[in-house]
Amino acid sequence: MLGGLTNFSVRFLKEVFLPPYEVDQIRKHMIELGMKTLPIVGVTGFIIGLVIAMQLSPVLKRFGAEAFLPGSVGISIVRELGPVICALIFAGRVSSGIGAELGSMRVTEQIDAMEVSGVNPFRYLVVTRIFATTFILPILTVYVIFISLIGAYIAVVLVQNMTWAYYIDRVIFAVEFGDAIPGVSKTFIFGFIVGLVGCFKGYTAENGTEGVGKASTSAVVVSSLLILIFDMVLVKLTLWIWPTVK
Amino acid sequence: MVEIKDLYKSFNSNTVLEGVSFNVTEAENMIVFGRSGTGKSVLLKCMIRLMEPDAGSVFIQGKDVLKLDLKELNELRKDIGFLFQGAALYDSMSVRENLEFPLIRNFDLDKKEIDKRVHFVLEAVSLLEAIDKMPSELSGGMKKRIGLARSIITKPKLMLYDEPTTGLDPITSKEISALITDLQHALKMTSIVVTHDLLCAKIIADRAIILDGGKIVKEGSINDLTTSNDPLLKNFFSDEIIETNGSLK
Repeated sequence: MLGGLTNFSVRFLKEVFLPPYEVDQIRKHMIELGMKTLPIVGVTGFIIGLVIAMQLSPVLKRFGAEAFLPGSVGISIVRELGPVICALIFAGRVSSGIGAELGSMRVTEQIDAMEVSGVNPFRYLVVTRIFATTFILPILTVYVIFISLIGAYIAVVLVQNMTWAYYIDRVIFAVEFGDAIPGVSKTFIFGFIVGLVGCFKGYTAENGTEGVGKASTSAVVVSSLLILIFDMVLVKLTLWIWPTVK
Repeated sequence: MVEIKDLYKSFNSNTVLEGVSFNVTEAENMIVFGRSGTGKSVLLKCMIRLMEPDAGSVFIQGKDVLKLDLKELNELRKDIGFLFQGAALYDSMSVRENLEFPLIRNFDLDKKEIDKRVHFVLEAVSLLEAIDKMPSELSGGMKKRIGLARSIITKPKLMLYDEPTTGLDPITSKEISALITDLQHALKMTSIVVTHDLLCAKIIADRAIILDGGKIVKEGSINDLTTSNDPLLKNFFSDEIIETNGSLK
């Protein structure tokens, strides 16, 4: 499978720069995928922020460091939790959807029909979706981070008497630009993984409806696994290239 | 128009086509007849490189299809229509969008000309009222008709039909076969029809070949083949008649 995935990504890199550029399709997929995922990542982000703050509060209290709660929550959400949770939810929602959609098109010969009519289906179906997932995930991540911080604020208010302005001031004080950039930047790679794996599984699906089911399920499993592996590598890489990140 | 020489295709150890050769002249309607699983659809797909054959050559309009690069192949494909077994309509597009798709992508036509062609082909298949429907709202026979309309909208010189009547009731099947014949005569296209439906073959065919075990075992007019005393053909057609429908006897 890794060989096939590598060949598929090489083909993507070759085709992405060639005309015709399917701008309308890319925009359509970005809006569709973004809108489809917006509610679920919002709810998840809110709960994660709330829970993290609730969990951290007694621990910090034990060390007399309750004042650091907004900063600690902010750093963990911006650097790691926001991007990774958002990417995993996105993988579950979008990768399976793309796998099922393209898989169904493959087994019902719709992709063949496109090819016969002189249209390059790889460029029309695959390149546009990978492009869309790569650029929509960072936008969703920024949204998730913001919603998580709201969730965390509610938890903070429950245990401490703190205004929103003071809370945000503490978060901004703790979270540096150097925390946000690597956190959000890596979601471009996560988005690429989600689109690539979903398209690969769907585009190469075979054996009828059974194949479509398999494509959809394995798209989620493989993309989630790859996101976690790449996260591990990217965190190490970020700390190595950018040692100023605290 | 079409010349196939020694075409071979196998999947692992299963040889599907074993040296298939035949010619189709311009404006001729050729039927490729054979039982299920004898490689008829594979033959069609190899002809336009939806599948790559293992060996042999395919010439369409004098061009060696297997030696064309992707750009040249796509140019050639603009002159070829293909009706898939399940019609292969794009699920996410309405009937109108399905029909417009090959025109918008391949031809520099204005909106008026595109609309004109869409209405013309829908009238030809008697489904103008379905123009704004989604494929999920259509019956099997309607899907086939729309699939046929999409295939002819680019005014192809060669039409390939993969089991055009499979899964349809005998009446709809006869209607589709008659429609194909009418369109053939109106548009003067060359056609290759893959089928195991004898009724469809009788309506459409000028000439037929019988594919069995990956090889062409017989060639001739449908009438000659069905009335032949050859034991293989007798056995073949008696089975096909039962498979198609009893009334043909």
